[in-house]
Amino acid sequence: DIRKVVQTLEQTAREILTVLQSVHQPSGFKEIPSKCVRARELFCTVRTQIADLKTKFPVEQYYRFHEHWRFVLQRLAFLAAFVVYLETETLVIREEVAQILGIEVVREKGFHLDVEDYLAGVLIMASELSRLAVNSVTAGDYNRPLRISNFINELDSGFRLLNLKNDPLRKRYDGLKYDVKKIEEVVYDLSIRGLAKEPEPGVDK
Amino acid sequence: MGGSTWEQLIDAMARTCEGCSRKNADAVQDRDANPSSPVIAAFKVFQQELDTRHDKYERLVKISRDVTIESKRTIFLLHRVTNVPDPEDILNEADGKLDGVRQKIGQIAEELRGEDIHQFHRAFTPGIQEYVEAVSFLHYIRHRGLISLEEINARLVFMRTEKVDPKGSAEALQPGAQVLTFQVTPSDYLLGVADLTGELMRMCISSVGNGDIDTPFQLSQFLRQIHDGFSYIGNTGPYEVSKKLHTLRQSLGKVEDACYTLRVRGSEIPKHMLADVFSSRTTLIDPEEGVHGQQL
Repeated sequence: DIRKVVQTLEQTAREILTVLQSVHQPSGFKEIPSKCVRARELFCTVRTQIADLKTKFPVEQYYRFHEHWRFVLQRLAFLAAFVVYLETETLVIREEVAQILGIEVVREKGFHLDVEDYLAGVLIMASELSRLAVNSVTAGDYNRPLRISNFINELDSGFRLLNLKNDPLRKRYDGLKYDVKKIEEVVYDLSIRGLAKEPEPGVDK
Repeated sequence: MGGSTWEQLIDAMARTCEGCSRKNADAVQDRDANPSSPVIAAFKVFQQELDTRHDKYERLVKISRDVTIESKRTIFLLHRVTNVPDPEDILNEADGKLDGVRQKIGQIAEELRGEDIHQFHRAFTPGIQEYVEAVSFLHYIRHRGLISLEEINARLVFMRTEKVDPKGSAEALQPGAQVLTFQVTPSDYLLGVADLTGELMRMCISSVGNGDIDTPFQLSQFLRQIHDGFSYIGNTGPYEVSKKLHTLRQSLGKVEDACYTLRVRGSEIPKHMLADVFSSRTTLIDPEEGVHGQQL
């Protein structure tokens, strides 16, 4: 029963991903705002589906069934974070993700977003952004990679503060350094060719 | 391609490297000296949350280990009842030990207060299964029956007085006393009972060695009932059950063989020699069974 609802959630998540993936193409690049709007519409569907999911089990047994929706919830967290990044170029906070998905942040209040799932979503977004950095150069935007670089570096600093155990989250975090490296290489490629001016922190731009 | 292009490239590279290293140095400083960044602040909160969660998990693992060790010692103690004429002392000692274990389980309940137990279940499930094994073993020896999950959980009720009580009266039970319970899950109960069958099998073999020819038949029937129950569950239960069902079948087989041997040869062999028959036969069947290798 739970599985059926999770499957519908996965379907919607795939739809959102399809919409957002198109920003990697040069043509889609210009239409980022409209894609975000479309994605937000799809999140309405997500909210309905999650509301349905909540009814399928007693609220105090969240962790008993957690594994069933963990994957799709992480993906949804990633998609929410990605939309917010495309809109504002900032890191979405946990509360906002929860709001987009129509769920809580704190376990006591009900169906909630576990902090580890939020962090996993953020890390998935980091990989997506490293790809976006590469593709934005192809599409002719030479400044975006620098902004992405600053953003990812700050994320990396944040993650370094965490004491992680040897669990899947840790493994995913280990992938972050490759994303950081890839983006730095893009930035290097641009700077060496004089293609991009480095934005002074807070002064320029 | 002339020297000037090459020089330009070198210049550009030098500038970039300078820029890079400056940028990196700045970045390093930024990383350490930017605590006001909202991202960093958010991650500091995450750090605390994760640390708290992990610490609790570790505390539960430690308590669970203590529970496991003490339960195992109780089981070893209970195996001795086949050797002694009056088992009451052993049974009482076992009771005492299990009371100690229950105290530890109370600590687990304390840690889990207000938490979702399934989030931490993996931390304490081994201990709880061992406890179920021990307490059901004791119950069988006394009552020749299987303790029920309800009976187990009924003993896991703890009184806790409110720690923060400004009235500070010296009585043990204050009006604000709380009742804390620990509920063994059906899954843990099943797994503990599955392990119990292994111990019962050992007890069967050793009791034959002592010339007790009633116990094996009782045990055989009891084990068969448990086995049939597990077969009924089959693959629908938690996946560990399937593994244990396999072991259970082997145990049941050994017990049935023992009964067979008793039936066929029991009348021929003097009791004091039964031990030898079983020690040689059973060590052939299963070389790992070190327990009765020592006892016989």
